[in-house]
Amino acid sequence: MIWNESRECMSRDEIAVMQSARLRKLVNRVYHNVPFYRKKMQELGLEPGDINGVEDLHRLPFTNKSDLRDNYPFGLFAVPQSEIVRIHASSGTTGKATVVGYTRKDIEVWQECVARVLAQADVGKNDIIQVAYGYGLFTGGLGLHYGAENLGATVVPMSTGNTKKLVDMMVDFGVTAIACTPSYLLHIAETIEERGQLDQIKLKAAVCGAEPWTEEMRLQIEEKLHIHAHDIYGLSEIAGPGVASDCQYHKGLHVYEDHYMPEIINPETGETLGENVTGELVFTTLTKEGIPLLRYRTHDLTSIDYSKCECGRTLARLSRFKGRSDDMLIIRGVNVFPSQVEAALLEMGETSPHYLMIVDRKNNMDTLEIMVEVDEKFFSDEIRELERLTKRIEAVLRTALGIGPKVKLVEPRTLERSMGKAKRVIDNRKFE
Amino acid sequence: MFVKQLSVFIENRKGRLEQVTEVLREHNINIVSLSLADTNEYGLLRMIVSDPEAAKNCLKDEGYSAMLTNVIAVCLPHEVGVLQRMLKLLSDAELNVEYMYALTTRGDNGAMIIKTSNPEVAAQAILDGGMKLYTSEEAYTINE
Repeated sequence: MIWNESRECMSRDEIAVMQSARLRKLVNRVYHNVPFYRKKMQELGLEPGDINGVEDLHRLPFTNKSDLRDNYPFGLFAVPQSEIVRIHASSGTTGKATVVGYTRKDIEVWQECVARVLAQADVGKNDIIQVAYGYGLFTGGLGLHYGAENLGATVVPMSTGNTKKLVDMMVDFGVTAIACTPSYLLHIAETIEERGQLDQIKLKAAVCGAEPWTEEMRLQIEEKLHIHAHDIYGLSEIAGPGVASDCQYHKGLHVYEDHYMPEIINPETGETLGENVTGELVFTTLTKEGIPLLRYRTHDLTSIDYSKCECGRTLARLSRFKGRSDDMLIIRGVNVFPSQVEAALLEMGETSPHYLMIVDRKNNMDTLEIMVEVDEKFFSDEIRELERLTKRIEAVLRTALGIGPKVKLVEPRTLERSMGKAKRVIDNRKFE
Repeated sequence: MFVKQLSVFIENRKGRLEQVTEVLREHNINIVSLSLADTNEYGLLRMIVSDPEAAKNCLKDEGYSAMLTNVIAVCLPHEVGVLQRMLKLLSDAELNVEYMYALTTRGDNGAMIIKTSNPEVAAQAILDGGMKLYTSEEAYTINE
């Protein structure tokens, strides 16, 4: 089902006209309300009047994640705090979180886009949907929640952590749709299988995202649960989940271009790339009020297809993601940067800052093991002391990363040093 | 009064234990006694050696985490109840035993290496209780 045909099926010309008008307004807004952008544009010799439409987009400056950190917490907000009705936050590359703020209208746009995603997965007001993303600062839980309510579906705000209860309710309530990470859904599927309850569930659709997954994994989920599984993409800097999503034909993720203007660039040179060429995805938030961003670099690698989809939508489609142009990892749906580990270890000061992260997927759940060298100064002849040290490091890293790693102490000078390109991460998960 | 014990951190990897003993052999250091404590992930090798300082330095030069710890070496005559008597002295002094292991001897007496929560108080309690401690020189050469 198409939730908003007037927006999802416009002709490419109509889309360009709408985007151009919105871009002009956006540039005016950030130039006058966000000192950071005014300065950046002045440095490039640009005035708002120089931007006539989407054809001038490439002249605008990029925004990086580090710009959000440098202006922490509210420096890039374009409205007074009294207009902000909600804050979300995700991990920054080091220490400070990446903070975003939403006006009431931003929340409306967001829930409109999530409703489009759910309608695309054939979920409607007669459905009961379990939202099994984390609720809180993470955009996953509340994003899907408001979108599903907007759609008129019955929302069960499960959050994460209690799979048994989730399956019980799925059976008892006759739940027909679920939103969670794909790896968690596979875990849920196995739980259902183990308990022999496959014939007791009424599930028909799943909307999965917040982490990379393969087409094979999608088919595996569909086969195990006899449902349709859809891919949902988003990032908190742009809105949260619901920036793009795939339809029943699964031929790329439709971008809600009336709100989020995508571009593909060469990550090395910043040059704009054409249709169907793989590069880094960049977004301009055309209608955002709280924290509007010009050409935000996502570091996700993909390509764009502008041809009309079999489903009738004319929206641009992103191909399946091909990785990252930086070292960010997505572990159990949480964004993790290796630099966060280093910063946390240095701050803690009880180990050497040398580490190796080993990411794996066991029984469909991501695992993170971090090897840390025992430091001369904190070495002990007592096992108990070494175990306490391990627990302390685990606690510090759990706080810093937002997910719990397993820490393993290793002998000194056995991990590669960071001269040149040290191998800090071994990711054994398969996404290709 | 104290004996210096050498402790070495060893990852659970093939050949690591052998490599530690190889370093000691190369430097002509005799291992008098040892105890290997293991966890899932790593081992802790505790040793009484003929020359603890030299042993620590050569292991560090080879990149190992090695340290010296003060422990006591208690002489235990081969009689029923001697170990219990010694432990009673320690518990009466309100000390915890962190770990202990046998020190091999050639003589008529057995011996035990003990690490307690407070080595000074432990040594005094043993001596006050009428039991004998080996000096470090005695311990390092006890089986020669």
